Amino acid sequence: MDKLLLVLVIVLVVISIAQIAKMYQITGKLGNKREEDTTPTSNKVNANLLLFFMIALFATFIWQMVAFKDVLLPVAASEHGVLTDRLFNINWLILIPAFFLVNFLLFYFAWKYRYDKNRKALYLAHNNTLEMVWTIIPSIVLVFIIIYGLVTWNDIMDDPSEDALQVELYSKQFDWTARYAGTDGQMGESNFTLISAANPLGLITEETVREKIEELDEEIKNIERRIEEEILPDSRVEELKKRIAMRTRQRARVINYLDSGIDFSAALDDRVIRGEFHIPVGQEVNFKIRSRDVIHSAYMPHFRAQMNAVPGMTTQFTFVPNITTDSMRTVLGDEDFNFVLLCNKVCGSAHYNMQMDIIVDTPEDYQKWLDEQKTFAASLGIEIEESVADREEDAESGEEDGKIAQNNK
Amino acid sequence: MAAVSEAQVAEHAPDHGHEEHEESFVSKYIFSQDHKMISKQFLITAVFMGIIAMALSVFFRLQLAWPGESFGILNYFLGDRWAPDGILDRNMYLSLVTIHGTIMVFFVLTGGLSGTFSNLLIPLQIGARDMASGFLNMLSYWFFLVSSVIMVASLFVETGAASSGWTVYPPLSALPQAMPGSGLGMTLWLVSMTLFIVSSLLGGLNYIVTILNLRTKGMKMTRLPLTIWAFFITAVLGVLSFPVLFAAALLLIMDRSMGTSFYLSDIYIAGEALDPVGGSPILYQHLFWFLGHPEVYIVLLPALGISSEVIATNSRKPIFGYRAMIGSILAIGFLSFIVWGHHMFVTGMNPFLGSVFVFTTLLIAIPSAVKAFNYITTLWKGNLKFTPGMLFSIGLVSTFVTGGLTGIILADSALDINVHDTYFVVAHFHIVMGLSAIFGMFAGIYHWFPKMFGRMLNTKLGYAHFWLTIVGGYGVFFPMHFVGMAGAPRRYYQYTDYPMFDGLADLNVIITVFAIGAALAQAIFLFNFFWSIFKGQRAPQNPWKSNTLEWTTPVKHVHGNWPGALPVVHRWPYDYSKPGKEEDFVPQTVPIADDEEEHG
Repeated sequence: MDKLLLVLVIVLVVISIAQIAKMYQITGKLGNKREEDTTPTSNKVNANLLLFFMIALFATFIWQMVAFKDVLLPVAASEHGVLTDRLFNINWLILIPAFFLVNFLLFYFAWKYRYDKNRKALYLAHNNTLEMVWTIIPSIVLVFIIIYGLVTWNDIMDDPSEDALQVELYSKQFDWTARYAGTDGQMGESNFTLISAANPLGLITEETVREKIEELDEEIKNIERRIEEEILPDSRVEELKKRIAMRTRQRARVINYLDSGIDFSAALDDRVIRGEFHIPVGQEVNFKIRSRDVIHSAYMPHFRAQMNAVPGMTTQFTFVPNITTDSMRTVLGDEDFNFVLLCNKVCGSAHYNMQMDIIVDTPEDYQKWLDEQKTFAASLGIEIEESVADREEDAESGEEDGKIAQNNK
Repeated sequence: MAAVSEAQVAEHAPDHGHEEHEESFVSKYIFSQDHKMISKQFLITAVFMGIIAMALSVFFRLQLAWPGESFGILNYFLGDRWAPDGILDRNMYLSLVTIHGTIMVFFVLTGGLSGTFSNLLIPLQIGARDMASGFLNMLSYWFFLVSSVIMVASLFVETGAASSGWTVYPPLSALPQAMPGSGLGMTLWLVSMTLFIVSSLLGGLNYIVTILNLRTKGMKMTRLPLTIWAFFITAVLGVLSFPVLFAAALLLIMDRSMGTSFYLSDIYIAGEALDPVGGSPILYQHLFWFLGHPEVYIVLLPALGISSEVIATNSRKPIFGYRAMIGSILAIGFLSFIVWGHHMFVTGMNPFLGSVFVFTTLLIAIPSAVKAFNYITTLWKGNLKFTPGMLFSIGLVSTFVTGGLTGIILADSALDINVHDTYFVVAHFHIVMGLSAIFGMFAGIYHWFPKMFGRMLNTKLGYAHFWLTIVGGYGVFFPMHFVGMAGAPRRYYQYTDYPMFDGLADLNVIITVFAIGAALAQAIFLFNFFWSIFKGQRAPQNPWKSNTLEWTTPVKHVHGNWPGALPVVHRWPYDYSKPGKEEDFVPQTVPIADDEEEHG
């Protein structure tokens, strides 16, 4: 079938080139004609070409639909994605016939009513009935499209339920970091000022705050020393003084955390994940999406999910994955298949390669994977305090609130 | 109104038999205040800008089709810095994409299209001696030229041109440390755009005032050709929306260089935390798209206006539903101001707000459908002469329909989630806005070239140009729908890092081959254009047997347009093939006969 269509397209292309050549030949013979006069021959050739172009356009469209069927995204891997795809297909059922119909009328009329000096055009200035028809019919169709679309949209954008698993997707130039709450079911708070190599998300804990203060103090001291010891142009001194002022402001902002009453342990048991992240099949996952530098976009095409990551605010997207990576591999017959998170908002030179694999596991495998992940405290080299371990036990016995039980399921 | 016209008559049109005063080369060709000359200046500048923008697109298409391969031509044009060993640098790739978009949208399809044809046709078709203010009109062109020069110059700065996409979203565009192109290149982009906005406002105000005040006797609003209606609404859209972009740009300039934080908050970049807290990058997007969406129609409406005129003339038939056409232009113009949020469905905007924008956006499909069907009905039972202008107009209707339909998908927020910022969007807007508008521009050039330069374009070359362009255009942008539905994001330097995009390699090659073909086809046009300016067949008075007033002016341009008194208008411009008339056209200046009924 593919080959047949390919041959058809090639034949059509050849005919088109031949037609153009012929047109040239014919029009070339007519030496002294005025440029503004369309000769009957050239008018006819162009009319035929218009009709022929329409056929070629339609044929190419059908050929592409057949030939490139397999490069399109595979079946949706999330519950709402199935609804989205249905909406998509129903829209196409309306739009593709409209594409064929309107283009057909356009090119067919152009061909049919080519110039004939013995005919006079119909003096038809307007016709209210006709105009009502093509105002009302599109309106009715659009009402349907709008309502169906908005119902689906509201479904997708509905607030996540209490039980949803929360995963943070944190973006920067040019990679993603995922974060899961610890056994307390709470993600710790963060502040961009606290970001450092050891603390890529800027999580607020006593240790990270103290470290940052030390770091800032040292930087301030270094700059002060430079101003005193080195011989610098005034403009440079001015610049350095501004820097000191900025660091001092940041220090004041950070130091407030120490007696702000924030529960530092909330961050300590969080799990900060790089490389690939896992989510359990059948479980509602609420992604909290953030950025630390420029706008990125968390695009997960297989799940029909996308949301921008905007510095200074948290956005969210919620979906329920409905097929595991393993099952998807079987369905597609591709052992190496992986769901992937891409960046879909231009963010700099390596924007094209800002990706992270997503693994959809069975709930058991997911739990096993999560348990293997280091806590933030462990990555800082801090022992988790006794109290946290206590809470963990409480949670396991199911006496804490539902959210924690959910996370330990 | 009368007073102004009289004053202009006195100023511009010397008495009969009086020799027109000889103008110096500088005041005639360079600092001209004559709308016809300014129109030619706009067109020629836009043609050069178009060549540059098209060349840039071919450069990045080479990279997309054959990623990482070496091309001598890239090294030749971009040098060792941006294409070492002929391999396109990835920062330069983004610069090319950005400047291609900026030039095409603003310099070719706004300045070029509206600037050329509003200037040429408004005074000629409404029967005015010139624009209301020739001086402001001249300034409008010079601001446009200077901004064009700066935009092109920005390609040559050491850190590269602006490269955050033509929408230049902050913080990427605000922070030089985010990418090299956000340094001097971005500053030049902002300077250039600021000047461009000034040009556009000066032009737009002039168009509005001229249309409202300088119509000749008998030229009621309901007797205006649809071109003028389209230019009028376009100018209104521009005057209302460009200042908002100006504000957006101003705030961005302040964020970049004065330490404000309108758009910036909580940023840690290049190893350090920055000061700004409390700004919102989303604010910029609201401001940008408040211009950005009407901009789509600023680009499209003039093209639709031109094609209305060209289709009616060459169908030898009145445009179908003249009043409905005006109504749809007004409806589109109004709606275009309340749909900007459809560019922002996935920015984290409140989903309910998203729903409102879905509703308003899809409403635009109704006046658009009315326009498309009215064009088709105009062809129906017409007597069609396929001039190159007519062919481009028919091509425009086709691309307007084809591209418009996929807009319905994108306007549906639930569907937009998954195709947002993918090649599906690229396909959509290049067909509905890129191809349609450029076809409209070509239609206008072929149709009014005789009026501009007093000579005819070569018709055979025109045919070749049209056929290669429409095949090339569809060949480039139609397959992109599939690339988008495969989930491929736009503005990616290459797709080879994702197994899921392996299947797209063939499609990308096909697209690039068509792009090169379509680009080469423009050489035919360029040759025809420049050759015909000097060597083309001399134009007759009314080559297309058209009704509108511009064809009553002398072929050789005179200051003040009509050597004698201004023409008086007695009828609408679409009396083609009117029953009871011998000729198949009745110019607007012909009085209504006793036994004739005026179309109203």
